Amino acid sequence: MDERLWGIVEKALKDIVEKGLPTTMLLTVVSFAIALVIATLVALVQHARLPVLTQLSRFYIWLIRGTPLLVQLLVVYYALPAIGIVIDAVPAAIIAFSINEGAYCSETMRAALESVPVGQTEAGLCVGMSYTKVMLRIVIPQALRTAVPNLFNSLISMVKDTSLVSNITVVDMFMITKRHVGRTYEFLTLYVLLALLYLAISTLMTMLQRLAERFLNRNVGREVKKIA
Amino acid sequence: MLELSNVRKRFGDREVLRGIDLKVEDGDVVALIGPSGSGKTTLLRCANFLERADEGTMVFRGETYDLPKTSRRDIRRMRQHTGFVFQSYNLFANRTALGNVTEGLVVARKMRKAEAADRAMEALRRVGLADWASHYPSQLSGGQQQRVAIARAIALEPDIIFFDEPTSALDPELIGEVLGVMRDLAESGMTMLVVTHEMTFAREVSNRVVFMEDGQIVEERRSRKFFKNPHTERARQFLRAIGERE
Ligand SMILES: Nc1ncnc2c1ncn2[C@@H]1O[C@H](COP(=O)(O)OP(=O)(O)OP(=O)(O)O)[C@@H](O)[C@H]1O
Ligand SMILES: [Mg+2]
Repeated sequence: MDERLWGIVEKALKDIVEKGLPTTMLLTVVSFAIALVIATLVALVQHARLPVLTQLSRFYIWLIRGTPLLVQLLVVYYALPAIGIVIDAVPAAIIAFSINEGAYCSETMRAALESVPVGQTEAGLCVGMSYTKVMLRIVIPQALRTAVPNLFNSLISMVKDTSLVSNITVVDMFMITKRHVGRTYEFLTLYVLLALLYLAISTLMTMLQRLAERFLNRNVGREVKKIA
Repeated sequence: MLELSNVRKRFGDREVLRGIDLKVEDGDVVALIGPSGSGKTTLLRCANFLERADEGTMVFRGETYDLPKTSRRDIRRMRQHTGFVFQSYNLFANRTALGNVTEGLVVARKMRKAEAADRAMEALRRVGLADWASHYPSQLSGGQQQRVAIARAIALEPDIIFFDEPTSALDPELIGEVLGVMRDLAESGMTMLVVTHEMTFAREVSNRVVFMEDGQIVEERRSRKFFKNPHTERARQFLRAIGERE
């Protein structure tokens, strides 16, 4: 690699990591945290078969899964000011990503809740626990264990999807790379560099997944001794 | 102790319970028997509100419950004094044997953890599993899991325990240990309503047999007499079919 190219890479890398990475991570972490809360509530509503709320949940999931993320992003960014809510691009992006990811993750959570045998809920009720307590202490912890691999799948896709925010003027890793490309015309090198950075983030998250799984599996008894 | 009157339940257009009257006295061990699909499980589930009866009342501990209309609060109060043992054990998979027993004591009864653990260990000792307290359900055999489930029920010191075919999911060689625990429990004076296909248990441990068919109680008598000489032709046929009579 010649000296000029090396200089370009060094400058771009510094810029992407210092200015773009924090935005990308902020978008990802905050949106995903909110999405998890939405997903859990939407899944619980359906699991408990609450009237009206269940129908609303199905509608929300239908709407969000049936429209492109980019369109949702643009609608939030341009629609909110139209009804008098002035909002910065970053919060707008967080809203759009949370709502979008919440819909997908709620299906993961719903399936996971359903995977916990209903007999355990009945047993909990029979020892006098309230439905809420049974959910919080018995069903949700087990459901999370089942949901973790799929949730991390969603999280990892989301990191990459955040690159769409450049469409609503947010300056993230992708936007900064694009600017450097525009100045230097080093398409291949800089985009490969960006790809490597996304890959590094995904790798970190995969490691995080291992830790999460180990944590959630701590109390199920791994070595299965069969006495029968 | 517990009295059910005119309990009716339908699933769709099939009437599964057709006006059941059943009285369980203090210290009774009642064996509820009958062909598959006769409504035994549904009756137990209605008595503990896991299923909502369409009609019927229950008197329990001096209180009258209108089964279709009982409030959630009254249901929880009623369940504080009953135990339920399921065919499929239904242990909490994310709790140890000890945790399964303490869960209800700590969460529903608001007992302090140390006190609950003492009480739970005592219950596990009674079912012969004190040494297995720290094992998770996945590390226990079916028979051991069912004994933990029984410990979970007795730790709450209920007035009555409902059993729904507690041994029918077990390998034959594990049935004995569970029946043994139930026999001890019966001898200690516990009131039990037991749906069972184990005629040895019905004959030797229960003091009364209730024979159900088609959502109705067909015959109800002292166990010894029932097995010696059932009154109804239907009961005779049933016993013949399961090989208890020639
Ligand atoms: N949740 C349900 N929905 C619809 N039908 C049901 C439901 N639960 C039970 N039934 C029907 O009600 C009838 C009585 O069932 P139940 O389980 O009470 O019988 P059982 O006497 O316990 O039989 P078994 O000895 O096979 O356990 C059966 O015909 C069954 O198919
Ligand atoms: Mg049954």
